[in-house]
Amino acid sequence: MNENKADAKDDSRRDFMMKVSLGLGGLAAVAVSVPVVGALIAPLLEGKPEVWRNVGTPDDFPAGTTKLVKFENADPKAWAGTTARTAAWVRHEGDNKFTVFSVNCTHLGCPVRWEADAELFMCPCHGGVYYKDGSVAAGPPPKPLPQYAVRVEQGQVQIGTAPIPITNFGDDSTV
Amino acid sequence: MKILRSIWHWIDDRTGLSETFGPLARHLVPPGAKWAYVFGSGTLFCFILQVVTGVGLSLLYQPSSEGAYESLKFITDQATFGRVLRGIHFFGASGMILLVGIHMIRVYIMAAYKYPREMSWISGVFLLFLTVIMGFTGQLLRWDSNGVWSAVVAAENLGRVPLVGTTLARLLIGGDTIGAQSLSRFFSFHVFLFPALMFMFVGFHLFLVFRNGISEPPKAGRPVDPKTYRKWYDDMLKREGVPFWPDAAWRDTTFGALVILAIVGLAVTIGPPPLTQPPDPSIVNTSPAPDWYMLPIFALFALMPPRIESFVIFVGPVVAVLALLALPFLSGKGERSPIRRPWAVFGVVCVVLFVGSLLVVGEIAPWSPRFKTKPLAQFVHYANPKLQRGTVLFYKKGCQYCHQIKGYGGLKGPNLSAIGRTWTANQLAVQIVNGGGEMPAYGGMLTKTELADLVFFLQMQK
Repeated sequence: MNENKADAKDDSRRDFMMKVSLGLGGLAAVAVSVPVVGALIAPLLEGKPEVWRNVGTPDDFPAGTTKLVKFENADPKAWAGTTARTAAWVRHEGDNKFTVFSVNCTHLGCPVRWEADAELFMCPCHGGVYYKDGSVAAGPPPKPLPQYAVRVEQGQVQIGTAPIPITNFGDDSTV
Repeated sequence: MKILRSIWHWIDDRTGLSETFGPLARHLVPPGAKWAYVFGSGTLFCFILQVVTGVGLSLLYQPSSEGAYESLKFITDQATFGRVLRGIHFFGASGMILLVGIHMIRVYIMAAYKYPREMSWISGVFLLFLTVIMGFTGQLLRWDSNGVWSAVVAAENLGRVPLVGTTLARLLIGGDTIGAQSLSRFFSFHVFLFPALMFMFVGFHLFLVFRNGISEPPKAGRPVDPKTYRKWYDDMLKREGVPFWPDAAWRDTTFGALVILAIVGLAVTIGPPPLTQPPDPSIVNTSPAPDWYMLPIFALFALMPPRIESFVIFVGPVVAVLALLALPFLSGKGERSPIRRPWAVFGVVCVVLFVGSLLVVGEIAPWSPRFKTKPLAQFVHYANPKLQRGTVLFYKKGCQYCHQIKGYGGLKGPNLSAIGRTWTANQLAVQIVNGGGEMPAYGGMLTKTELADLVFFLQMQK
C-alpha cells in the first residue's frame, strides 16, 4: 500500500520533471531562434524606398536610340562595392518621351544586350530576343521586358529604382 | 618505446578508443564487397577533401560582396599555393558530384536500397541534393560576373514557386537587388548551413552502414524477403564474412587516395576555372554559363517548351525528390540482381544518356546568339556592290548571330550556306519580314533596299 503510493508520487514527479525539461528547453530554443530567423528574413522586413536617380540630360539620348545607363540601387550598403550598381536600357522615343527597360531577361534574369543595328535586345543565356519596344521576338522569354518608372525633372532624366523583376509561376502560361 | 606504449595504454584506457572503434573497424562484411563498393567511400574522401581545402580557402577569402572578387584574384595570382588550393577545391567538387552519381547508380543497379537499407537510400537522396547545392553555391562564391548572374538565375528559379516565389527569391539574394547582403548569405549557406546538414546526414548514412551491414553482391534467384533476410544475412556473415579492416577497406583507401591524387594532379596541371569580369550587375556584355555539373539543367531550360517551363521548374524537382524518396517503398523487397531487373538497368542507361546529352548540348549552347562571331564580310568578298552590301547586312542586322554561312555564325537557326538552292527570293523576303519559327520579324527594322540586298545575298548562297 505504502509502496504503491510512493510509486505514484514518483511517477507524477517524473512526469513533472519531464514537462519542465521540455518546456524550458523549448522556451530557450525559441528565444534563440527569434533573432536567428530574424537575421534570415531581415531583407523582407526592410522598407523598400523608391529613389529617383539621375541618368543624364535628355540631350544625352538622341531621339530614336536606345542607350545603356548605370545607376546606384535604392539603399546601397558600404560593403556592396560594385554590386550596388544596376543597369537599364533607356529608349528615347522622341519629344522627351522615354521608356526604360530592365536589363533582366524575363526567362531567367540574364542581362540582355541591345544590338543597335539589328534593333533587337538579345539574351546570351538561352537566346531570348525582344523588339525595341520590349515585346518578345523569339526564344523562351514568357513576357516582355519589364520597365522602370522614368521622368524628366529639372532638366534630368530620372529613373525610379525598383527590385529585380521576378517572373512568377503561371506568368508564362496561357492555361 | 616502452614509455610510448604505456602512454598509449593510458589514453586508450581512459578514452576507450579501441573499445569503441575496434569493433567498427573489424566488423564483418560480405566477402564479395569488392571494387564496385568503393564509390561511396570515394565520395566521402572527396567530402573530407572539400572540408580541408575549404578551410584553407577561408583563410584567404574575403566573404563580402565588395571584396570577394579581389580576394579571389589574390588567391589565384599571389597567395602561396593559392592557385592549387582553388584548383583542388574545384576538381574536388567535380569529383564529388561524379562519384556521388556513380555511387547512386551502383546502389540502384544492385538494388542495395531494398530491405533493410531503405533509410540509407533516403539519407543518400538528401546527400545528393545537398552535394548539388554545395556545387552551385560554391560556383557562386567565385563572385565574378558569372557568380552574380548565377545568383540572379537562382532567384528567378525560386520565383517560379507558386505564391511565395518572389519572397523566396528576395530571401535568396538578400533583398530587392543584388547587393551587400547577397554574398554574405551565400557564404553562410555554403560554409556553415549546408556543410552542417551534410555532416549530420553523412554521420547518419555511415551509422546505417554499421547497423544494417554492407549489402552483399546480389545473386539472381535470391530475392530479399523481409521475414528472413536479417537472419540469413547474419548467418552468412558468421559463415563467410571478412573483417572490414583491412580485407575490404584497403580497396576504399587505395581508391580514395588515387582519387585525391588525381584531383591534385588536375589542380596543378589545369588549375582552377579562370575568373570572368568583376561582380558588377551593370556590366551587361557578359555571357553567364554555369560550371559543367550545372550545364544539363542550364540546357534543359533552353530546350523545354517555354509554355510548360513554370511547371517544370517548380514541379520537376518536387516530383524528382518524391520519386527518389518513394523508391525503397515501391520496391523494398524481391529480386536485387540487375539480370532480373532489366527495366531498372534500361532506366539507368536512359537517364545517363539523357543527362550526358544535355551536358554536351549545354557545352555547345546552340541556342545562344554568337555575339563573338566575326563579320562574314571579313572573309567573303563580292565584286558586285549589291552582294557586298548584303554580306555586310547579314552580320550587321544580327542574322549571323544565329545563322551560319560558310562556317561563320551561330547555330540557333538553320545553316544558310546553301539556302539559295531551295528558297526563292519571295520566300526569303517573306520569312525575313514576318519572322516566325523562333525568328524575329525584321519587317520594321529593314529599309526596302536593305531587304532587297539581303535577299539577293541569300539567293546567291548555293
